[in-house]
Amino acid sequence: MHLLVIDLWFILGKATLIACIIGLSFFVAMYTTLAERKVAGWLQDRHGPNRAGPFGIFQPLADGGKLFFKEEIIPLASNKFLFLLGPGLAMVTSLVTSTVIPWAAPVTTATGTFPVQVADVDMGILIVFSVVSVGVYGIMIGGWASNNKFSLIAAIRGASQMVSYELPMGLALIAVIFMTGSLKMSEIVSHQAEHGINFLYQPLGFIIFFICALAECNRTPFDLPEAENELNFGYHQEYSSMKLGFYLFAEYINMFVSAAVMATLYFGGYDIPFVNEASWGLESWIMSAISFGILMIKIAVILFVFIWIRWTIPRFRYDQLMNLGWKKLIPLALINMIISAAVMLWLKK
Amino acid sequence: MTLTNRSKPVDRKPMTFLESIYLWNIMKGMGITISHLFKKKATIQYPEQKRSFSKVFRGLHVLNRDAEGRENCTACGLCAVACPAEAITMEGAERLPGEEHLYREEKYAAKYEINMLRCIFCGLCEEACPKDAIYLSQTFAPANYGRKGFIYKKDDLLIPHPVLEKEAYQKALGEKATNN
Repeated sequence: MHLLVIDLWFILGKATLIACIIGLSFFVAMYTTLAERKVAGWLQDRHGPNRAGPFGIFQPLADGGKLFFKEEIIPLASNKFLFLLGPGLAMVTSLVTSTVIPWAAPVTTATGTFPVQVADVDMGILIVFSVVSVGVYGIMIGGWASNNKFSLIAAIRGASQMVSYELPMGLALIAVIFMTGSLKMSEIVSHQAEHGINFLYQPLGFIIFFICALAECNRTPFDLPEAENELNFGYHQEYSSMKLGFYLFAEYINMFVSAAVMATLYFGGYDIPFVNEASWGLESWIMSAISFGILMIKIAVILFVFIWIRWTIPRFRYDQLMNLGWKKLIPLALINMIISAAVMLWLKK
Repeated sequence: MTLTNRSKPVDRKPMTFLESIYLWNIMKGMGITISHLFKKKATIQYPEQKRSFSKVFRGLHVLNRDAEGRENCTACGLCAVACPAEAITMEGAERLPGEEHLYREEKYAAKYEINMLRCIFCGLCEEACPKDAIYLSQTFAPANYGRKGFIYKKDDLLIPHPVLEKEAYQKALGEKATNN
């Protein structure tokens, strides 16, 4: 009976955390859409949306409301089950990636330590990778089920792009894992808190990882799956109403999660930079809140860079994309990996 | 032969390694875009803010009245003749006894229409008018849902009465107050 009580609390705690993280993901994704349009405006000498509420803060709500009220069209010739499954799959995979990310410093209470992380599994970062690779199915299924040649081309492009860029991403990651010696996200963070952020040791690795993350999120300059001018609208061309909204939204959640992963892997996650926060002697829940804020700031900066890049660089041609991925990034990532392995060995001697 | 000294020979050298990984040039491009973040915005907030027109801007037509509020137009038709777009039509009528406070001369325009879809806002009607009865103001035709709405009748064109509606009259005069 005693065990059961504990389990119930455990489940309740995790369920709350999951609900919070999903809510947070949606909230951040909503406001990333606004930030995207605002930054786009500013970079192009415009104001950006500013009519809905002060500074346009209700714009995402207006956009969402509009999408809900749009007519929902399912093409007759489409495969209905897969057509409906596509956006849901895209959304689920982008949300599931956030499970292993440590969002804040663990909270210590009288009953024990409660990590602000849904699952601190041993193979943490690999979960992110495996789920991200399932994310291809959202695009593939959506593009295939709409029975439209443009969607299909876009979906195939998207799939091959994501598969090719997962390789250098994984290779860049291996160098990080060399340094920390663990796949556990919480240990990667605590290692960086001790030894300084990974970005200092792995700048090239980070750049490779960042480029690949752009490609994985289908962001410009790698937004070939939705190249407006050649493929109309890409794999979600036949989608309308909130199903389209789900696809677009899943993309922003992907951005948020990949920014969180990058902040965790390369910039010390929730750890406050330059200070030894343990010496402050604050209560653990306050520390936890502060560290959560720090992580959010890091994520926000990375998201800004994502947006900044989108409004700077035009889209790559498809052969350029493949050249960059296979002929430039993979060799670079391999060299990076070998050099870091050699240096690690030499330092250990 | 070079027409201007601005022409540059096309660089067909193969890309160097640094160029072929695009990174350095992308950084330069990002520097350019971020500099625009701090620049003055080129757009204005339209309904609240409006761009000022030049002094010689030719906008919507106004049918003028004299200081006592009598219509200047005598329906002579010179404006319609001058109009290159044939946007102006009118019908004249004779002033009856007792209407002297309405019309300045013995003949007046009973009907006066300008089709704003045809009008090219050249201002030739203003130049042709011997009675200072028509001039182009500093506003432009607002949007409308139908074509009919763009055929401006006399009611739409006449300037407000200078005695009875003083404020509206001054507003309509704007900066173009020349002869009144």
